[in-house]
Amino acid sequence: MIRKIGFFALAIMILSLIAMPVYAQGEGTSNIEVHYLAIAMGIAAAGCGIAQSIAVGKGCEGASRNPGATDTIRFFIILGLAFIEFLALLTFVVVLMLQ
Amino acid sequence: MHHEFFVSTVFNHYIVNPIAGLFGYHSHHDILPAHLVMVILIFLGLTIFSFIVRSRLSVDNPGGLQQALELISSGIMSLTEDMTGTDPRRFFPLLGSLFFYILCGNLLGLFPGFMSPTSNINVTASMAIMVFFYYNYVGFKANGFVKYMAHFAGPALMIAPLMFVIEIISHCARPFSLSVRLFGNIYAEELIIGSLNAMFPFLVALPVMAIGLFASTIQAFVFIVLTMVYLGGAVEHSDHD
Repeated sequence: MIRKIGFFALAIMILSLIAMPVYAQGEGTSNIEVHYLAIAMGIAAAGCGIAQSIAVGKGCEGASRNPGATDTIRFFIILGLAFIEFLALLTFVVVLMLQ
Repeated sequence: MHHEFFVSTVFNHYIVNPIAGLFGYHSHHDILPAHLVMVILIFLGLTIFSFIVRSRLSVDNPGGLQQALELISSGIMSLTEDMTGTDPRRFFPLLGSLFFYILCGNLLGLFPGFMSPTSNINVTASMAIMVFFYYNYVGFKANGFVKYMAHFAGPALMIAPLMFVIEIISHCARPFSLSVRLFGNIYAEELIIGSLNAMFPFLVALPVMAIGLFASTIQAFVFIVLTMVYLGGAVEHSDHD
């Protein structure tokens, strides 16, 4: 079921990628770049979300196994989340520069 | 994204332009941009606040504000001691003022009529470059020139030329990553709040502002923790050689 939904989502995404110049041409001015920038930001956000959820999940797992180490684990989670977030923020800055 | 801020206009019109006029520079426009005005406001506010708090400090009867500030500063102190392994009082002036300055800068953007100075990359880059020079200075002072340079070359002599280049690049990426991290977070937050407010005023942006309250503190914390990590990396090599 999930695989089917994922397949359809992928197909819709690819279709919209192909169809995007058609939409953009209808507006007269070509602001195709803006759409591509939005897609780039979306991919970066998706990867950042997956990575952060893995990090937080593993951190919760560790904290529940060893509650004594919760403070250390919280500290490293926050530090790691900042590092992961930086990758999405780099994309954000590139998007801002190209905009 | 160029907004007119009332505070910035008033500050420029009544304070900055007359002072610039004394030196023979006349202008009908705002001389200082809005983020610099906000920086000056935070600087003045923090200075006055610290003088007021210092005059009210007492050992026998500490107030709530004093206790909260003591909690924050002792937390920063113990964290610094863990991360750098040296006397934390040596680095506390830098780290403490960075923390309060960034925290105030991030939170100022949540008030209507003000902007976060940290949503401009020049402000964050100034702090990051200062941190970069400071930790290199500390490293040179603690280890001496030759030893600190030898630490760049890595453990083995064989790969030293390669390691040296990689280390130099990674050290130069540090101020960039520090400044872009803070700037990106705060600017994205302001952008989201602004666009949500444009769609539906006041109500929809409130949860995002609550997240912003949280993220502001986290970003200030992360900035000083990374500074501690860099300081620790610069200082520690004198011990185990």
